[in-house]
Amino acid sequence: MKSTTEVGVLPKERAPQPRVKAGRSVREQGKATPWLFLAPYLVLFIGFVLLPIVFGAWISLHTWDYTMPVHPFVGLDNYIELMQPGSIAFENFWNSMKATGIFTLFSVPLLLTIPLAVALLMAKNFPGRNFFRAVYFAPYVLGVAVVAILWRYLLDSNIGLVNYYLGLLGLPDDIAWTTSTPAAWVALIGVTVWWTLGFNAVIYLAALQDIPAELYEAARMDGANGWNQFIHVTLPGLRPVLIFVTMITLIASANMFGQSYLMTQGGPGRETRTAIYQIAETGLRNFQMGSAAAMSYVLTLFLMVLSIILFWLFREKKESRK
Amino acid sequence: MTQLTDRPAQTEDRPVQRRPVNRGRKILRIVILGIVALIFISPVIFMIVTSFKTRGDATSIPPSWLPIPFTLQAYEAILSPQSSTPVLRWFFNSMVAALLNSALVVITASLAAYPLARMNFKGKNVVFGIIVATLLVPPVILVIPNYLIVSDLGWLNSLIAIIVPTAASAFGVFFMRQFFIALPVDLEEAARLDGANRLLIFTRIVLPLAKPALATLALLAFLTNWNDFLWPVYVLFSPEVQTLPAGLSTLQGANSVRYDLLMAGAVVASIPVLVIFVFLQRFIIEGVSRSGVKG
Repeated sequence: MKSTTEVGVLPKERAPQPRVKAGRSVREQGKATPWLFLAPYLVLFIGFVLLPIVFGAWISLHTWDYTMPVHPFVGLDNYIELMQPGSIAFENFWNSMKATGIFTLFSVPLLLTIPLAVALLMAKNFPGRNFFRAVYFAPYVLGVAVVAILWRYLLDSNIGLVNYYLGLLGLPDDIAWTTSTPAAWVALIGVTVWWTLGFNAVIYLAALQDIPAELYEAARMDGANGWNQFIHVTLPGLRPVLIFVTMITLIASANMFGQSYLMTQGGPGRETRTAIYQIAETGLRNFQMGSAAAMSYVLTLFLMVLSIILFWLFREKKESRK
Repeated sequence: MTQLTDRPAQTEDRPVQRRPVNRGRKILRIVILGIVALIFISPVIFMIVTSFKTRGDATSIPPSWLPIPFTLQAYEAILSPQSSTPVLRWFFNSMVAALLNSALVVITASLAAYPLARMNFKGKNVVFGIIVATLLVPPVILVIPNYLIVSDLGWLNSLIAIIVPTAASAFGVFFMRQFFIALPVDLEEAARLDGANRLLIFTRIVLPLAKPALATLALLAFLTNWNDFLWPVYVLFSPEVQTLPAGLSTLQGANSVRYDLLMAGAVVASIPVLVIFVFLQRFIIEGVSRSGVKG
């Protein structure tokens, strides 16, 4: 094992000297070479990622209806309107932000803890382990459209499986899962947890297997029981991955769209219409693209602030431990 | 005992130390896990069962877990060319879009990742830094401007809008770069001494070594594109250009909800991803889990 890595490293370290002296060394590449490799990607990246980020900010400073020939410049008016209580844009946008907030607040903790429990169960060796792992991951590959359509059927208030089995258990069997709150929130969050828990569990699982067994052994020698081992070995070992999982779960939850679009159509009223849903409808159905772009920047700002806070929180903990 | 160097084996040794209770407990645990897993996956089973039911049976109470009488009515209805919901067409559209998008992602990302992993040049860190930074940008910010860009290119309501704009995968570049960095450099060195040029080295030596990573990236890109929902819903409007997820959502919008048809459509939409998953889940799951460890 050792020899292969060293062979890999040595030529690399030796090479720079001849390269600097002999200009025609094989290590030398034309100045254009790296850029030719990068070019196809950069065309797409600049055209459909970098340019849109700047262009979106520009759009947000205009009244921009793409079906109209003129797009008057309005400065920060779109943003001001979003901050002005009483305006239609204000009501719609902050209602949708509230919906996204509610969804995120409940789904993120569940999507951090339940997959961890699943991963801890899967981390132990038993026959069929890979099969179980695949079962829990399977809903994720189905995609949001299939999952939402399937669950809308199962959650149908009259003929759905869920209400039928609730009735068998002696519980209320007429819950309007998709047309009343808070039931709609339970449905949206529950379905999302079912759909994506395998994704987070798989990431946890890989991280669990990277924690050296010697640490557990040492903890046991010190008389640590299962719970103590979890607190003092497992959790600290998972910390870097925990940050990653928290971030991607947070971003995914804040971007929730398909579940609401397909299961509740944003209803009842507009209670479950999320921010993304609102932005898409404002910009791409009503063609108020300036306002929609402004909304997307405000949402992004929220997410960035939240990410920074999270990073800071995780870092604090790490330092205080040492 | 022979596997002392094998780390997973060591972890597995732990329960063995408490030998007496082991057997019964182990079996009990697997039975419980099995039951939980069965309940967990039962919605998917019910979806498949319902797709083979008659229209009436699909909404009968109590629900039946067996499609008796067994019928292909729902499939015949949605797959017939005269259907107002051309599911076969959607399937074809989705397949073309996902295959081409995935190819584009793999080609552009691996080409871009190679110089970022192996060459020294001015601006390298800036380029890589910007690419990685966009991983943190929520995709919503791109929706409105990309709609206008796609419209200017004349791509609205056509499949190319689903294939090209989403192919700039920052994750793909990051993922492939990590893989290239981990490859031993000696083979490339030897080829360079033999006078091979960079492109030759890349296509003849690096890419063959990177097959597992390329397969993983291709699968993840395929799945993402196949399941993409928001973008196709707003960018494609005519029934004949829809992808499956976008098309299914219009099926649901019909005034009388036909659950038998919806479930058949959902099964058709799930077949490719489930087949891929069953046969290639190792690549998919490892790809996902590695993204976490490296992130």
